[in-house]
Amino acid sequence: MSEARTLVEVEGLRRTFDVSRPWLTRMLAREPQRFLKAVDGVSFDIKAGETFAIVGESGSGKSTVARMVVGLLEATAGKVTIDRFEIRAGADSVEARRVRRRIQMIFQDPFASLNPRWRVGDIIAEPIIAFGMPKPAGGRDDAPSPEATRRRVGELLGLVGLDPVDARKYPHQFSGGQRQRIAIARALAAGPDFIACDEPTSALDVSVQAQILNLMRDLQEQLGLTFLFISHNLSVVRHMATRVGVMYLGKLVEIGNAAELFARPRHPYTRMLLDSVPDLSMVGKDRTPVAGEIPSPIDPPKGCAFHPRCKFAVDICRIDVPPLIDGVACHLAQDGRLPDLSS
Amino acid sequence: MSAPLLSVRKLRVEFATRKGPLVALDDVSFDIARGEVLGVVGESGAGKSLTGLAIMGLIDPPGRIVSGEILLDGERIDHLSEDRMRLIRGPRIAMIFQDPLTSLDPLFTVGDQLVETIRAHQPLSAQAARQKAIGLLGEVGIPAPEQRVDSWPHEFSGGMRQRVVIALAMCAEPELIVADEPTTALDVSVQAQIIRLLKRLARERGLSVMLVTHDMGVIAETADRVAVMYAGRVVETGPVREVVHAALHPYAQGLMAAIPTLETRAVRLAQIPGSMPRLAPRTRPYCAFHTRCDKRFEPCSSIAPPVTRMGGREVACWLHEPVPAGAAR
Repeated sequence: MSEARTLVEVEGLRRTFDVSRPWLTRMLAREPQRFLKAVDGVSFDIKAGETFAIVGESGSGKSTVARMVVGLLEATAGKVTIDRFEIRAGADSVEARRVRRRIQMIFQDPFASLNPRWRVGDIIAEPIIAFGMPKPAGGRDDAPSPEATRRRVGELLGLVGLDPVDARKYPHQFSGGQRQRIAIARALAAGPDFIACDEPTSALDVSVQAQILNLMRDLQEQLGLTFLFISHNLSVVRHMATRVGVMYLGKLVEIGNAAELFARPRHPYTRMLLDSVPDLSMVGKDRTPVAGEIPSPIDPPKGCAFHPRCKFAVDICRIDVPPLIDGVACHLAQDGRLPDLSS
Repeated sequence: MSAPLLSVRKLRVEFATRKGPLVALDDVSFDIARGEVLGVVGESGAGKSLTGLAIMGLIDPPGRIVSGEILLDGERIDHLSEDRMRLIRGPRIAMIFQDPLTSLDPLFTVGDQLVETIRAHQPLSAQAARQKAIGLLGEVGIPAPEQRVDSWPHEFSGGMRQRVVIALAMCAEPELIVADEPTTALDVSVQAQIIRLLKRLARERGLSVMLVTHDMGVIAETADRVAVMYAGRVVETGPVREVVHAALHPYAQGLMAAIPTLETRAVRLAQIPGSMPRLAPRTRPYCAFHTRCDKRFEPCSSIAPPVTRMGGREVACWLHEPVPAGAAR
C-alpha cells in the first residue's frame, strides 16, 4: 500500500464497569465497590485501507474496544481519534456528525441488528436520510430526494449481491447470510471509510461465511475501506487481517503484521491460541492442549495476567505487569528468553 | 469390520404441518463401530441434530419417524415404548448438549446430580454412588474432585461445566455418546481440552461417539469417520482423512474449500453460491444440491442420486454413479 496515512488512533483506552452489588446490600455486608476492568490501557492505530483485527477469547474485551472506537460506548479513559478528530460517545456537534458519517459498524447477529418491522429499503435508506447522500471527494451533504435515495438503495443492494427489488421485502424473508449482506449495505449507505465489524460471520454457516468474507474483501478493494475486525476465530482473522492485535483480559498482549504474527507468534498466549485451533491439517494428529481457562476480569491475576496458564512463567511474571514494547507484552519474549518455535 | 454398534438404515423423519408433512430427514444411513468416533457435519438445518435426537428416541410430535430403522447392537430401538426406551437412554446411549449451563440443574450440587443419575441406573448405596461420582469427576479431568463434588454448577467455568456434563453422561456407563455441538459454546483453548477428553474416553473405554458439529476443524481432529449432511440427507461418508483431503461430493468439496486456514491468506475463499434449500413436502425428485453445484448435469435436476459405495466410502452424487439410461429428462 503506497499511502500510509493513519486513519484511526487509539490511545490508552480504558473501560471499567461497576459490578458492585446494590448499595444497601453492600453497606450491610461492608463490602467495597467492585469494578471490572473490561479494557485496560489499549493503544493501536489503523492505517487507511488496512484491516486491523483484534482476536481474543470471550471476556478479553475485544467487543468493548470496538464499541468505544465507533463511539457507542464512552471510554473511562484514553481517547480515540479519527483523522485527528476525537470521537466521543454522545457528542453532537456539526463536526462530530461529519466525522460520524464516516464510521459504521456491522454486528454479529443479523437477526437482531435489522428492525423486523421495517422494509429492507427503509433500513438501508436510514443512514442516507440521517447523514445525506454521500458525495465523491467529500463534498457537503445535501438533502436527498426520495427518488435519489431509492436509486442509491438499489445500487447498494446490487453492490452486496442482492437484487434492487429486495428493497420492498422484510428482513424475515432473507436467510442469515443475506441479512448480513443487508447489514453491510446499510453500513455502506452513508459512504463511510471506516467500518468496525464485530464478529460479522460468527452466526453464519461456513459456506455463507466464505461468501461474506469474500464480499467484504471485494468491497474494501473497490471502495478503499478501512476495517476494524473483531473475531474469536483465528482462521477468519488470518484470512481478513493485514495487522492483528491479540487481547487477553483487557490488554493487548501482542500486536503486529498479520503474516509475521501468524508465522512467528511471540507471546506465549498467541502461541497457545494458534496451537489450539482445530484445523483440517490436524487429521489424526494428537496435541497437548494448554490447561486452564481465561480468569475472571473482576479479579485478574497479579503481574502478567497470563502467568497462571503460561508454562514459561518465572518469578517476575507473577509480580510485574509486562508493558507492550515492540509489539509484545511479555518479559521473556522481550529478553529473547523464550524458546524458539519448533514444530 | 465386526458388526456395528449402531446402525441407522434409511431413516426418514417428517414433521406434520398444517400444509402437509415436511421431510426433515430422508434416507439417512450410517454405522458407528465400537470405539469409533463418527463426526456428523453440516450447516444449520441439514438435520444433524435431528439425527441425534432420533437415535435417542427424543423426537416429539409433530415430528415422527416415518420409515427406516435404528439398530443398536442388532436390535431395533426406533419403535420402542417409552418404558423400554428408558432402559436404553442412559445405560446404553447418553447425550451431551451444546450448552452445559442448561444441561445442569442450578439448584443441586453437581454431586447430587451425579449421585441421583448413578442411583437411577445402578443399585448402589448413596455412599458408593458418591465415591463413583468423585471417580467420574476425576476421570473427566476436574481437579480436586473430592472437594468439587459439593460445588454448584455456577461455581464452575464453562469448560469445567462441560466436563461435569460428560461425567453425567458417563454415569450409567453407556456404549454410545451422542454429543451435539459439545464444544461450540467454548473458547478455542478450552475446546481443545474437551476434544482431547472425548478422544481419550473413546480410546480407553471403547466408547463410541457420534459427534455432531458444524465445525469441520473439530471433526478433523476428533473423528475417525465423518458423515456430511445436506438438506436432510447424508451426501458423503468416509474416513476423515479421505473426506477432508479428497472429498467426492461437490458439496463436501465446497465445504472444505470454504474454510479459511491458518496457513496462508488466500486471495479468495472458495464459496458455494446461494444457501441450503428449505424443507420440502416430499422426497426431492432431484439432487437437493444441484442449484448450487457447478458440476451439475442432466440427471441432477430430475432424479435424486442413490448412495454409491466406493471402498470404505459412500457418496450420493451422479458424478460417481452410472446414470440409468433414458432417465435423464
